[in-house]
Amino acid sequence: MSRDVETAPFQAVAAEAGKPRPGHGPRLTARRRETLAGWLFISPWILGFLIFTAGAMVMAAGLAFSDFNLATGEARWVGARNFAQLVDDPRVATSLGNTLFFAVLSVPLEIAVALGLAMLLARVGRGAGIFRTLFFLPKMTPMVATAAIFFLLLNGSQGAINQGLRLIGVQGPQWLVDPDWIKPSIVLMSLWAVSGTMVIFLAALKNVPRELYEVASIDGAGGWRRFYNITMPMISPALFFNTIVLTIAAFQTFDQAYLLFYRDQSNAAPEASLFYAVYLFQQAFRQFNLGFAAAMAWVLFVIIMIITAVQVRVGNRFVHYSGRD
Amino acid sequence: MDAKYATGRVGRVATWVLLVLCSLAFLYPLVWLVSASLKGRGQVFDNALVPETFHWGNFATVFHELPLLPWLFNSLAIAVLAAVTVAVSSSMVAFGFAYFRFRGRSLVFGLVLATMMLPGAVTMVPVYLIWRELGLLGTWAPLWAANLFGSAFYIFLQRQFFLGLPRELFEAARIDGAGYWRLFTRIAMPLAIPSFVIVLLFEFQASWNNFQSALIYLNSESIEDFTAPLGIAYAMTKYSPTAGGQGDYQYVMVASLLITLPMLALFAFGQRYFIEGVATTGTKG
Repeated sequence: MSRDVETAPFQAVAAEAGKPRPGHGPRLTARRRETLAGWLFISPWILGFLIFTAGAMVMAAGLAFSDFNLATGEARWVGARNFAQLVDDPRVATSLGNTLFFAVLSVPLEIAVALGLAMLLARVGRGAGIFRTLFFLPKMTPMVATAAIFFLLLNGSQGAINQGLRLIGVQGPQWLVDPDWIKPSIVLMSLWAVSGTMVIFLAALKNVPRELYEVASIDGAGGWRRFYNITMPMISPALFFNTIVLTIAAFQTFDQAYLLFYRDQSNAAPEASLFYAVYLFQQAFRQFNLGFAAAMAWVLFVIIMIITAVQVRVGNRFVHYSGRD
Repeated sequence: MDAKYATGRVGRVATWVLLVLCSLAFLYPLVWLVSASLKGRGQVFDNALVPETFHWGNFATVFHELPLLPWLFNSLAIAVLAAVTVAVSSSMVAFGFAYFRFRGRSLVFGLVLATMMLPGAVTMVPVYLIWRELGLLGTWAPLWAANLFGSAFYIFLQRQFFLGLPRELFEAARIDGAGYWRLFTRIAMPLAIPSFVIVLLFEFQASWNNFQSALIYLNSESIEDFTAPLGIAYAMTKYSPTAGGQGDYQYVMVASLLITLPMLALFAFGQRYFIEGVATTGTKG
């Protein structure tokens, strides 16, 4: 009796489905509808990808081999000429060198400071909230405000930082003038806003099981050994992620350098502040050498891909994913 | 045992001292900014944290000195447009990846993740030419309209959330005769409000802070059309003595403070969302 009631609706569905289209199973139609709906839902992204990513990349490749006249909109094929000019232009090499130097200086420092702060926060447990908030405020400060503040703080003769250094008897450098101190100045600004990286480390540190430390302590492991043998492997995925993201960002550094040195076009900016992205911008939007700029963009893309690939290879050897041993 | 306890306590005190010192270092530039915004001409560089005399008038004068009101309005309108469009479109795409099972899904989703690694500088020039071709240079469109197509990181974030919803919820609605669109608007979206808010906050901040796009697309003759970041960059030069200004940096500081405060307010309101959102990038990315 109850059996009949239960199966009745299914029989009805089967009967109905069997009617309209012999040869096609109803399941297939439902499946097709699901497929169609799925593609429809993701279609905005696909459209955007085809235009603004894939299309743009192909366009950039085409531009890199052309001489593009912005006024007429005509592109003339010039072969590898843009790339040849790129090799000959000493400012490309300068900007690449500056950017590389900045990345090598800033990424390890940002990682170290972010990890240090995160470890301090992880140690206090309760009460960490207020400090975490304070550390996060610079991250919320718009870059242009940060640049305006540090532009004045880093003033060589009157800036607050050098005045402070003078108090302890140190003659501070001409931060924004001395070519040797320009990149450290920008590193300082990056360090001020390092809390995004810090928060990722903090989340990773909280996931390290406390028992591991307790067991290690009983075994007589000191602080340094606990850090090296437990903390480092356990947070290695976060370390890996932060390193890759910060490196990619470092290679695209633009705002800080532009705001501090290139905003005022009547002034000649020091060579040491010429970052790759700044030179690319100048070539594209000040000189309108769009072909040359597109070639520069592709070179940057290849460089970032190579560096990321190397980091992934090295990372795979050291990164420990729990649950995947 | 006692010795161990002592080092533990010394360690704890040292931790707190270090944290307080670091906090002061992190806070100093912001305190300096507030005090500089209240100083008179030429006093910015006295570096006193309490101004000799408080020039509250700066906060009124700045609106005559600089078209700050139009700048703030432009920034606000663009940020709202950017945040709302990207949150809605990304949610829709994310639902497509989370709920539906179809061939090619993981392949396309892999592509979505791959675009997160793509440096923006690479497509900067062709994207400019696309907007030029569409005749939209000098309008706001280049600063937000690409958000109509969703954005990889937000799609990822929303998909994670949708995947956490029990599938039975949707199956039950299906049996009740709900179509796919209804599943999305009536079941998935109302439940996904928390991560939707993260997306809104993140994109609002990103758009509000965006300097480079404004520099590329709004570099017109009329400075009223600037966004606030572009305007402040202009003001930095305007008052710079090397460019013929009088060194009235207090106005740059007022403007900087006024664009920072909304972000701090946003943070006060959505601190949990911000920190969770950033932490998610690392642990799940």
